Amino acid sequence: MSDTQIREPLLRVVKRDQAAMRQKIAARAGAILLALILDALFIFFVTGLNPFSVYGVMFQGTFGTKIRFSWAMRDLVSLLCIGIALAPAFKMRFWNVGAEGQVLMGGLMTALIMVYWGDKLPMPVLFLVMLFTSIAVGAVWGLIPAFFKAKWKTNETLFTLMMNYVATSFVACAVNIMRGQASSLGKLNMGSRAGWFPMVFGQRYNINIIVVILLTFAMYFYLKYTKHGYEISVVGESENTARYAGINVTRVILRTMAISGAISGLCGFLIVCGRDQTISTTTAGGNGFTAIIVAWLAKFNTFYMALIAFLLVFLQKGAAEIASAYSLNDYAASIITGIILFCILGSEFFINYKVIFRRERRAK
Amino acid sequence: MSNLIAWIIRAVPFGTIIMYGAMGEILTEKSGNLNLGVPGIMYLGGFAGFASAFYYENNAAAPNAFVCVLLSFVCCVAASMLGGLIYSFLTITLRANQNVTGLALTTFGMGIANFFGVFILNGKSYTAAPLANSAYAHKIPFLSGLGVVGQTVFGYGFLVYGAIVLAVALHIFLNRTRAGLNLRAVGENPATADAAGISVTRYKYLATCIGAGISGIGGMYYVLDYNSGIWATTGQIEALGWLAVALVIFTTWRPLNAIWGAYLFGMLYWLYQFLPSLLGFTVASYVTDLIQMVPYVVTIVVLIISSLHRKKENQPPAHLGLAYFREER
Repeated sequence: MSDTQIREPLLRVVKRDQAAMRQKIAARAGAILLALILDALFIFFVTGLNPFSVYGVMFQGTFGTKIRFSWAMRDLVSLLCIGIALAPAFKMRFWNVGAEGQVLMGGLMTALIMVYWGDKLPMPVLFLVMLFTSIAVGAVWGLIPAFFKAKWKTNETLFTLMMNYVATSFVACAVNIMRGQASSLGKLNMGSRAGWFPMVFGQRYNINIIVVILLTFAMYFYLKYTKHGYEISVVGESENTARYAGINVTRVILRTMAISGAISGLCGFLIVCGRDQTISTTTAGGNGFTAIIVAWLAKFNTFYMALIAFLLVFLQKGAAEIASAYSLNDYAASIITGIILFCILGSEFFINYKVIFRRERRAK
Repeated sequence: MSNLIAWIIRAVPFGTIIMYGAMGEILTEKSGNLNLGVPGIMYLGGFAGFASAFYYENNAAAPNAFVCVLLSFVCCVAASMLGGLIYSFLTITLRANQNVTGLALTTFGMGIANFFGVFILNGKSYTAAPLANSAYAHKIPFLSGLGVVGQTVFGYGFLVYGAIVLAVALHIFLNRTRAGLNLRAVGENPATADAAGISVTRYKYLATCIGAGISGIGGMYYVLDYNSGIWATTGQIEALGWLAVALVIFTTWRPLNAIWGAYLFGMLYWLYQFLPSLLGFTVASYVTDLIQMVPYVVTIVVLIISSLHRKKENQPPAHLGLAYFREER
């Protein structure tokens, strides 16, 4: 028997128990480096421009002027806020792909109240009403798929995806009614500015930024140090274990998705009051999908999320800057973002698995 | 009556777009890969098909319709499969998360198509490939002239009939051939399939890449036939891609259901334009906005009903969305 030759494959993949911090950082850094090289090649071969000067111009997109920086921060917090909303759901392995719709519904309620009650309610009451309805509607929009998932195991990825388009349809309808004969809706309450966030510390977007920073800390704490957070992670790891440990799985799923939807709804409120002062079908602008990637890559750590959201916003702003500087177009941002995401996603492999070469093992 | 005919003539080509998308995705999902990159792949296929036809038409001395069709078809499938290959490499070999990789592929595909599309547009708001369009949209001669039946049954380009043939072929492949059964085994339980000597990796790669190729044809059909061979920077293909994903659920992963399901979706999509006039009243434009959600609501209802019944044959592949690693049990 011992004579039988066992052919050992050249490469063998083994699961790692726990990657060291050093390896994690190395894998991520390697991925970003590779992405920058691929992007540089793309830029060079398509446009014939020197990639280094292009990267320089990209830098200007976020840091060029004070106003650009504040725009970048504004977009960063919108994206981060949705990422925070998704974190508890994803940690529970509930694929909430419907943040886009939850944000839209929250924004829609805010806009409707702003238009129809803007001149009837005193300012603080108006803000409170908008806040609570947007949170409530977002939560309901998240609860619907969660209910069916908890009761009958209806596939939540596809359910939440479809809910996005139902929400889009509602927004299109409401916008159509509100604009009347005008060709577009424009800013709401342009004259009275009722329901617009006031300037704080001399900056237009500071309320949004402050709220999202608070949320970042709160969600980190909630997931890491509370009983709820622990239940979420147990349900995410194994529903059977959770049931055995006496956790009411149905209740955890419903509660978590209500929170997830509520924060998305809140994000809609922030976007409408603090950023756009209007509503359209593109209010969420694909951030609901991008945030999925943000939340996943950060492994539900809200501070990593802020970092990754910054990277993505930096790229988008940079690509827009390149576009105007070299008369290209904005879609360069999607390509560059796509390449970076592919590289980071691929790099997860080197964190979770170890590749062993045949020869290396013989030497042992 | 004439309204109903107009409705059908609108619905069938629309259904064909998402039918291709859905059939590719059915093949992919049967291998256990949930590819949410379908919209991106349809962008890649649509753009590659259009761009190759456009350059051929404008640069060849005497452009030939047959060569044009062949060239655009090959380019479309190749580009789409390349998109599928990126997804496969990341999710199968590197075991990255399928949902996130798919969404990234959607971003990437849309970026590629619209970025390079702008170079072709060259400042205009749209450009056209008329020769390719006339070839793709060429109706069946003689038969299409036979009154109502001719209009509604034979009055489309050849890809419409290709989609039906492909659906039947896929049905036979998945249910009647050894390779098809092996593929389904991989999607249901890769560990068992692996133990039975089926190469899980090879089946997953092939199903995902070929599936992407099929989905991409949907994108090309949209540009070169449905949209009269016109390329414009648009978000329309993305919505179509998600509708194709919805159709996969609606068909409960059966290619034959995709045939009538796709046409039904087409009818539902155009509901807002034809139903009011068919019933003889007009509705306000904001109501039509609401009617547009019908295909998605129907999909949700199907999703709920199929999960309520829990009939074994109506369920998604058991291992859908999960990566397979041999040493993990």
